[in-house]
Amino acid sequence: MSIYVNKDTKVIVQGITGSTALFHTQQMLEYGTKIVAGVTPGKGGQTVEGVPVFNTVEEAVKETGATVSIIYVPAPYAADAIMEGVDAGLDMTICITEHIPVLDMIKVKRYMEGKKTRLIGPNCPGVITADETKIGIMPGYIHTKGHVGVVSRSGTLTYEAVHQLTQEGIGQTTAVGIGGDPVNGTNFIDVLKAFNEDPETYAVVMIGEIGGTAEEEAAAWIKENMTKPVVGFIGGQTAPEGKRMGHAGAIISGGKGTAADKIKALQEADVQVADTPSVIGETLIKVLKEKGLYEKCKTK
Amino acid sequence: MNIHEYQGKQLLRDYGVAVSKGRVAFSPKEAMAVAKEIGTLPIVVKAQIHAGGRGKAGGVKIVKSLDEVRAVAADLIGKQLVTHQTGPKGQEIKRLLVEEGIDIEKEFYIGLVVDRATDRVTLMGSAEGGVEIEEVAENNPEKIFYEVIDPVVGLVPFQARRMAFNMEIPSNLINKAVSFFLGLYKVFSEKDASIVEINPLVVTKDQRVLALDAKFNFDDNATFRHKDIMELRDFDEEDPKEIEASKYDLSYISLDGNIGCMVNGAGLAMATMDTIHYYGGEPANFLDVGGGAKKEKVAAAFKIILSDPKVKGIFVNIFGGIMKCDVIAEGVIEAAKEVGLQVPLVVRLEGTNVERGKALLQESGINIVAADSMAEGAKKIVELIG
Repeated sequence: MSIYVNKDTKVIVQGITGSTALFHTQQMLEYGTKIVAGVTPGKGGQTVEGVPVFNTVEEAVKETGATVSIIYVPAPYAADAIMEGVDAGLDMTICITEHIPVLDMIKVKRYMEGKKTRLIGPNCPGVITADETKIGIMPGYIHTKGHVGVVSRSGTLTYEAVHQLTQEGIGQTTAVGIGGDPVNGTNFIDVLKAFNEDPETYAVVMIGEIGGTAEEEAAAWIKENMTKPVVGFIGGQTAPEGKRMGHAGAIISGGKGTAADKIKALQEADVQVADTPSVIGETLIKVLKEKGLYEKCKTK
Repeated sequence: MNIHEYQGKQLLRDYGVAVSKGRVAFSPKEAMAVAKEIGTLPIVVKAQIHAGGRGKAGGVKIVKSLDEVRAVAADLIGKQLVTHQTGPKGQEIKRLLVEEGIDIEKEFYIGLVVDRATDRVTLMGSAEGGVEIEEVAENNPEKIFYEVIDPVVGLVPFQARRMAFNMEIPSNLINKAVSFFLGLYKVFSEKDASIVEINPLVVTKDQRVLALDAKFNFDDNATFRHKDIMELRDFDEEDPKEIEASKYDLSYISLDGNIGCMVNGAGLAMATMDTIHYYGGEPANFLDVGGGAKKEKVAAAFKIILSDPKVKGIFVNIFGGIMKCDVIAEGVIEAAKEVGLQVPLVVRLEGTNVERGKALLQESGINIVAADSMAEGAKKIVELIG
């Protein structure tokens, strides 16, 4: 088991003929991801990497039965691409694209109301269920199948955490990058809920960063509902106020969104927070041992 | 991206939002000309720098005669204005806003922000104007009113009306306030702002409702569709290293420490700063080289770090996903050779093509300390700079 995606998930690549999309389509196919269609308006009928290309998402869904899409469309057109995926009735669309204007995302969120599609991202590394399917841009080889769920606002920091887990012999169920933008599709609570309900996931690593209050809200939810241990890390403990740290969402403004507030909220929800990203793995192992879960989570 | 108060007020004027009469001046002579044009006294001369807290720092002067305008302008231009937001060095005043003096009856606050909790633009207003809104939010949260805006229909007149009544705008001026708020939302949404703050919004003795200050921040991700807004960018207000970095599409922020950092990914870059701090060092910058960087971009990033005289050592921390480790190595080698590396360099590589990257660094003959993890690298660079 896993959350959101597995080896049978049929995937569409939106914007498949772009150079980044092509590179990652190859990488995903190599990992074993079932990519059944690509979409690039005006290039319908072509085939790339053995994948048929369609003009519209609707057509691609009708012809292939795909339920998930991954979006590499450039920022000015990405909001349009998300809405097209939503309109086609996909279960999930994963938007890798960064630098989407925030007012575009506000319209997208409004458009999605009452529709069934789950959006992951934008500005995220994607979703991977280890050894089954990789729908994203993460390096596949660092992931091992196991029992720890990972959810994160940051891409490379997720790799860092997953790499540590794998090195320590702790495999993962699914790793979800929810993205670094202020307005995004799926938040920590959505993913935590899914991990809480997944019988194969025994513990969760949650990686947050400065800006907004998503971590505080997640902490409140964990306190009330989470039955599995959660280990956390918050990036940006030394970031100055008023400076946007790369991600559009990573900014401390008006004294709100500091790492200290988030760490405090998580600790109050009984989440062990790693002091540095280098000890996320160690911290998790300590907690697993305390809860008697270490042997069950150890891959070999 | 931020703009100056006078630019913000011009934008408001373009959208029919009431602001006080006035114009920018770059010299005492121009300041005099603007004052004459306005034709009334007193005149307010306001230093135009992006940082807040100008009033308290002496950057805003009320003058009662035209001669005084010249003297005050001559005094302000070229001066380093130090406010609580500029840092100790302050910011040089190069532009002034010369405005009519306003007889204020009451001050209010009105602003628009992107609210992450609701995924909507929200209008925020308060009868507590002219003070820090964060303080009001902290001490008297019930004194701030909110209207959540549906992007389909935009700010609706009834919402603007409800806000005006909540803020206790005098009832004969409600319609003026409503058209002010509607215009404000129109600028915000059409120009892709991320914050607009009018603090204070004032009701004048002669029964006008107008913006006495205007603070705009625009969404950097949307500037591609607003050439007019891009033209308002004032490079004097930005760190030269940050300007250079933006040419290469690098995300760079200057900090106060002495350890230069080059990292891929914003989250990992922040975490690297945190780790350096944890081991007793202080980062000189935040730098995210991004995902698909080419050798030239990496070299440019490295040179920007080295151009900072505070930098006593460099830590390169790469976890290659899209980013390939050998490309990073090539860029570092090229830049180090070109500028002549004088400070210790610690490199940690992991991920795509890591072996090739490590080999390239070793063969380069450059004095590089290798590290196998982020913690080890941070520890080493802190030790090396003493």
